[in-house]
Amino acid sequence: MRMTKSERAAAPAERTVGQSAARHARDGHLPGAGSAAARAVEEARARMFQSARPRRRTRIGADVVCEAILRQGVDVIFGYPGGVILPLYDVFADHPQLRHILVRHEQAAGHAADGYARATGKVGVCLATSGPAATNLVTAIGTAMLDSVPIVAITGNVPAALLGKDAFQEIDITGITLPITKHNWLVRDADELPRVFAEAFHIARTGRPGPVHIDITKDALQGETRAEHPATVSLPGFRPNLDGHARQLRAAAALIDAAQRPVVLAGRGVLVADAAADLRAFAEKAQIPVAHTLLGIGAIDETHPLGYGYMGMHGWKHVNRAIQEADLLVALGMRFDDRVTGKVSTFAPHARIIHVDIDPAEIGKNVSVDVPIVGDVGRVLRALLPLVRERKPEERGAYFEHLAAMRRESESSSWHGSGAWRDGLLSADFVVARIGEATGHDATLVSDVGQNQMWMARYAGFRRPHSHISSGGLGTMGYAVPAAMGAAVGRPEKETWAIVGDGGFQMTMQELATLVQDRIPVRIAILDNKRLGMIRQWQEIVYAGNYHSASLLGPDYVKLAAAYAIPAFKASTPEQVDEAIAGARAADGPALVWFEIAQEQNVFPMMPAGKGLSDLIESWEGANE
Amino acid sequence: MSPSDGAAPARWVPGSGEARRHVLVAVVNNRPGVLNRVASLMRARNFNIESLAVGHTERPDVSRMTITLWGDDVAVEQVAKQLYKLIDVLKVQDVSAERRIEHELALIKVNAGSRTRKEVLAIVEMYRARVVDVAADALVIEATGTEEEIDALVALVRGFGIKEMVRTGSIVMVRGAQAVEVNA
Ligand SMILES: Cc1ncc(C[n+]2csc(CCOP(=O)(O)OP(=O)(O)O)c2C)c(N)n1
Ligand SMILES: [Mg+2]
Repeated sequence: MRMTKSERAAAPAERTVGQSAARHARDGHLPGAGSAAARAVEEARARMFQSARPRRRTRIGADVVCEAILRQGVDVIFGYPGGVILPLYDVFADHPQLRHILVRHEQAAGHAADGYARATGKVGVCLATSGPAATNLVTAIGTAMLDSVPIVAITGNVPAALLGKDAFQEIDITGITLPITKHNWLVRDADELPRVFAEAFHIARTGRPGPVHIDITKDALQGETRAEHPATVSLPGFRPNLDGHARQLRAAAALIDAAQRPVVLAGRGVLVADAAADLRAFAEKAQIPVAHTLLGIGAIDETHPLGYGYMGMHGWKHVNRAIQEADLLVALGMRFDDRVTGKVSTFAPHARIIHVDIDPAEIGKNVSVDVPIVGDVGRVLRALLPLVRERKPEERGAYFEHLAAMRRESESSSWHGSGAWRDGLLSADFVVARIGEATGHDATLVSDVGQNQMWMARYAGFRRPHSHISSGGLGTMGYAVPAAMGAAVGRPEKETWAIVGDGGFQMTMQELATLVQDRIPVRIAILDNKRLGMIRQWQEIVYAGNYHSASLLGPDYVKLAAAYAIPAFKASTPEQVDEAIAGARAADGPALVWFEIAQEQNVFPMMPAGKGLSDLIESWEGANE
Repeated sequence: MSPSDGAAPARWVPGSGEARRHVLVAVVNNRPGVLNRVASLMRARNFNIESLAVGHTERPDVSRMTITLWGDDVAVEQVAKQLYKLIDVLKVQDVSAERRIEHELALIKVNAGSRTRKEVLAIVEMYRARVVDVAADALVIEATGTEEEIDALVALVRGFGIKEMVRTGSIVMVRGAQAVEVNA
């Protein structure tokens, strides 16, 4: 046989290729070809594209998921479909009691589950597929973590055999959610789903609540199973302590009886423990004024004679002063966040501290305390009640007069009762107060983050537990609209408002479509200062007026709402406010109000970062805002 | 009606006390990912681990970690409390104040030609270590003991030239009949 030069050159190579091709033809291209693991990978890849399930079928993992959620007393989930979670969507129709609300972005599903949980006290559930959908949930899971909100986040993942192979839309989502959940699971076997779901709901709602995450491989969702739902869970490493230690309770009672200038600091733990009535009984018996944190709003009716008000960075000056002068702080279900204490070394310098929290790690974490009590706030308060001496308000006459005088001065200072800020521009505090009034202080009000959040906390006027909802710990802009969506679904008998800045609204406004499609009657109040207001405030006061990126363009919000067929109203002067609110309230379904507020109004007082509660800034450049 | 005049003393800030070495024992579920959970928590909470050793126990479903770290008492108590929050952590005990056996294992590959071998062997003898491998111009020394004992041995052989060294980190057991128990 004759070969050309080039053919000869190619020949040996051809032989090797030919040989290895022959070997590949035998074994395939898969690493470890021929092994059981390799076969599993091939099968899993093929099943990624599996066609619809047969009509008559046996129970599969996806059914277990639906059953488990319903068994836990939850009948709504917020989700978004995708490749590996489709087996679940394939069975939803077989579980019609379970309502699925299709959001427009997975972050919103997470916040909606969070809002649902905060408004109802139940566990919220959100659902997303793998990869980008799972990472879209992360902000919402983190938000729930920092505020101790019980949600179960469910994600799909690639079939077990493909885990770790960077398959399409595979991401190590349990690795990502590990530090922002109470616990998480990767489930690869349908038989494990009943146990995992029982544990997940139990952990989410028990002790200090918080988010949990269950990642389920596609084959676990599709696998047949007869595994039954367990009646109980066995978690030896999870046994929260509910009752305060008797000795500490006695020590606390002794301090309370001896105190001359005591203040209660109520946090979200009071609401979680459903202990508002216990708090009131305790405060009334010992005659102690109650201050509250941002997330503790609603723990006491603000009009109660012992309700003293909102504390911290943008809290009331009189409240912060009372804390700085106090000789005893009774901290209930709050965690001495830096937004509450400011500089710890100058915080409440005269006070002994009793700290009640269900999470022992919170005690002594930020502030050293004199009497630690680990337990459920409600149970602890009920145990403490008979131990403390009953007082008459008159016994604290001088103290209460002093507090009242401080309060009168502080409440009049930054309030614009006429509705007008400088030059008659619409004042945000007024708008928020009118919404509170119009809704009889009984609506669920959900704030976003920034100045709008502080105005709502200070001026809306809260009377009942769970009527105030806000992202405190993580401070997540874009939270309000989706969280209000969840709150409205969870508590349909309560009117629900999202009070949101123009910046935050533009972060999640895609959910307008969800409100319409699922007829969720959320009223949205946009406090439009055409600024990232809180950023602008810091730049004015801390960064010498260097306003980079503080102004932002927004759409015509009335036209935007119209595009979604949502009734919309606009108010740009104090006179237009009540009518706009009334218009939104009258709408049958979602509605939007566009409040064009003053563009440069600040929230005062303000505790600058790194300073203490006694270092409040109350005005700027002569303007008492 | 305001508090007695005169500047109040500054409130004490947790974690600002004097740092000392602590030894924590953590009994954990023997499950995949538990080491990751513990390590992740330590990193996220800004706790500085000096060493961490993990291994099996008398119970197949349970592993035991020995964690040594520096911090003031409050900060280390905070570590223990945070660890407790992990569902897979069954028990945490700070044994720093207990009478205890605290040992680690080290393998040290030291230069030892014909001229210096004798000297190295004498040090090995003195520290009750063992030679576990011999090559023409190197020895592998295996030593167990407290961190300080091993530090001392390492300091002595360093002069001959350490080619390679690996240490396990301490494992610890409290002396006497009492055990770190898990009620499960
Ligand atoms: C997701 C997210 N990004 C950035 C921030 C930082 N941030 C806090 S407040 C704020 C401005 C908010 O502006 P807007 O929503 O208009 O509310 P306003 O303060 O004007 O009421 C920003 C950017 C944040 N909290 N969350
Ligand atoms: Mg704004």
